[in-house]
Amino acid sequence: MTRNVKKIPFAVLSLSALALALAAPANAKVEGDTITLGSAISFTGKYSTNGIHAKNGYDLAVKQINAAGGVKVGGKSYKIKVVYYDDESTPARTGQLLERLINQDGIKYILGPYSSATTKAAAPIIEKYKIPMVEAEGASRSLFTKGYKYLFAVLSTSEQYLASTLELAGEIAVKNGKKASDVKIAMAFEGDPFSQDVRAGVVEDAKKRGMKIVIDDKLPRDLNDMAATLTKTKALRPDLLLVSGHSKGAVTAARQIAEMKINVPMIAMTHCESGKIVTKFGASADDILCPTQWAETLSYKGDTFGTAADFDKLFKATYEGYKNVPYQSAQAAAAVIVWKTAFEKAQSFDTEKVRDAISAVEISTFYGNIKFSEAGNNIAKPMVLRQIQKGKYNVVAPAKWASSSVNWPRTAK
Amino acid sequence: MWDNIMVLVAAPVFNIQLLLDGIFIGAIFALAAYGLALVWGVMNVKNLAQGELVIMGGYFAYVATLYGIHPLWALIPAFFIMFGFGWVVYKLIISKVIERDLFTSLLATFGLALVIQQGLNLAFGPEVQTANSGMAIRSIFDGLVTVADIRILSLIICAILAGAVVLFMKKSRMGQAIRATSQDARAARVMGINTERVYAFTFALNAAICGAAGVLISMIWVIQPFYGVPHSIRAFVVVTAAGLGNLPGVIIAALGLGVAEQYSGFILGAEFQQATVVILLILVLMWRQFQMSKTRQVVQ
Repeated sequence: MTRNVKKIPFAVLSLSALALALAAPANAKVEGDTITLGSAISFTGKYSTNGIHAKNGYDLAVKQINAAGGVKVGGKSYKIKVVYYDDESTPARTGQLLERLINQDGIKYILGPYSSATTKAAAPIIEKYKIPMVEAEGASRSLFTKGYKYLFAVLSTSEQYLASTLELAGEIAVKNGKKASDVKIAMAFEGDPFSQDVRAGVVEDAKKRGMKIVIDDKLPRDLNDMAATLTKTKALRPDLLLVSGHSKGAVTAARQIAEMKINVPMIAMTHCESGKIVTKFGASADDILCPTQWAETLSYKGDTFGTAADFDKLFKATYEGYKNVPYQSAQAAAAVIVWKTAFEKAQSFDTEKVRDAISAVEISTFYGNIKFSEAGNNIAKPMVLRQIQKGKYNVVAPAKWASSSVNWPRTAK
Repeated sequence: MWDNIMVLVAAPVFNIQLLLDGIFIGAIFALAAYGLALVWGVMNVKNLAQGELVIMGGYFAYVATLYGIHPLWALIPAFFIMFGFGWVVYKLIISKVIERDLFTSLLATFGLALVIQQGLNLAFGPEVQTANSGMAIRSIFDGLVTVADIRILSLIICAILAGAVVLFMKKSRMGQAIRATSQDARAARVMGINTERVYAFTFALNAAICGAAGVLISMIWVIQPFYGVPHSIRAFVVVTAAGLGNLPGVIIAALGLGVAEQYSGFILGAEFQQATVVILLILVLMWRQFQMSKTRQVVQ
């Protein structure tokens, strides 16, 4: 009797395990005429604002592709659908949810989460199951040095964010009869992986150009005061001031640069848009340089959305409450376009064939050109540098895409 | 590090900037620290939500700017609404733990801190916010030193508030009752003081002072729902260094802390600016321990 009692739960367990194993392929990624992509992304927590920007980008691209006839594989049209889970802005949760997407929901094609931290948690999982992921929101360079084979990113990596300002500062120095190596740099970067990647790019580039770094401060996570760093800036008179510490870094720097009347001729910082420094500080934010992945004024063009400006218009018409379209939404939409292109190129739903098709993608889109390196990052699209001029973001570098010339030296008060 | 010290020696004018910045911000630390000392001294509750009360106050100024009202006006609603909030929190939470041991009250106020953080996050989102005073900025020494008028004004407001609280404690019936309760709660009760009311009032007054400090902080620095913790730690450092019921001590310690933060930010780098607070806390505790060990008696 007792023996039987013990056996029953075991039988139930093994039966349910069998059922699960059988159920997984049944729920698969392509059912009828629908291809299902999956994403664990942040709807709550500290990344929620940008997570929702990214989701809006994914959804708009899905809608647009489906409306234009969907994805054509083997002479048949397929619609795209995305299954989302909220990772609560915690990397550990992203990892769990990806396991769930792959094992329980049977998803074979993944769209990335928001942020480098969560993408870092996702990458080992997709590698383990050999499931390809196209991500649009993880820029950290360290994602592309680990030899991942199934990770592809449409955006420029983080070390390129501020490095382009050094080139510009060098050009200006030469124009003014000085040497590029005369440029003195002051910089303050937060200690998180993203900002430190940005810093690494600057340090490498400064070395290459022989520029001298006179201040190299690390900003704390709970940053709300950088007056001491700025006092040092006043004392050492650099030619270029660089700040990267997410929105809080941009807001704190913009406020105190104005308050302390810092008159460095060239100032650049990341996250100007998400910190909303123009709305917050008005004219005193003028002439600050801000790198961006994408701008609606660029002359990029592609099949799905037309030009960058067309995307901008469509996005604003679809989602209420956007005065500017965040680049996070644009690159998310580009990731969905990559999936469409790859399916059509592979003419198959086999994950290996689709992976190979993604790695061979070479397209022009409204977001810029996309072509992946061996490591999976997009090497066909540069970062662009915009300058806040009279409250507007105007592209000033690289010269090929520039719509305005750069204001130098910075005169904003 | 040595380069930075040399800069200060070669161009002493920058010392003035660091000193001024430190004093202006230290004055605001003093407000929050005084509130903490009050609650700690009167009801023996160590309020871990002190910084969160400050940040809550800051959002009054932010909301005012959304309606086009000058953020300074937010001082008045911040003071009174936070007073009411403090009273409610006392009745709902603090009164339940005041008689319990240290850990219960620490846990309760820590929980309160988390609830306030997440509440602010839900209401205002995780973005960094500021309130712009739009006031003039003065340059002295050829622009090498700048002083924003809002900082001078906030120093004056801090002084007025501190003076008012001192007067209130000395002259009013409630102030006297608070002092009596802090000396001996049981005796105060015997003398007919409603200590329950005194406790509620003390906690509410603390919340109100923090609210006012928050309004000033939001016009000088930036606020965010999760920025309360460094403010709590600062208040603890100041009170531990100055001792309870020692207002001049609190003011001097707070100003000193403000200046120390600016100097360490300049000399060691921005990453050490907040770390200074924690390092000072450890030093103060070691020093206190050393002092006490001299007077400690062993009972055999």
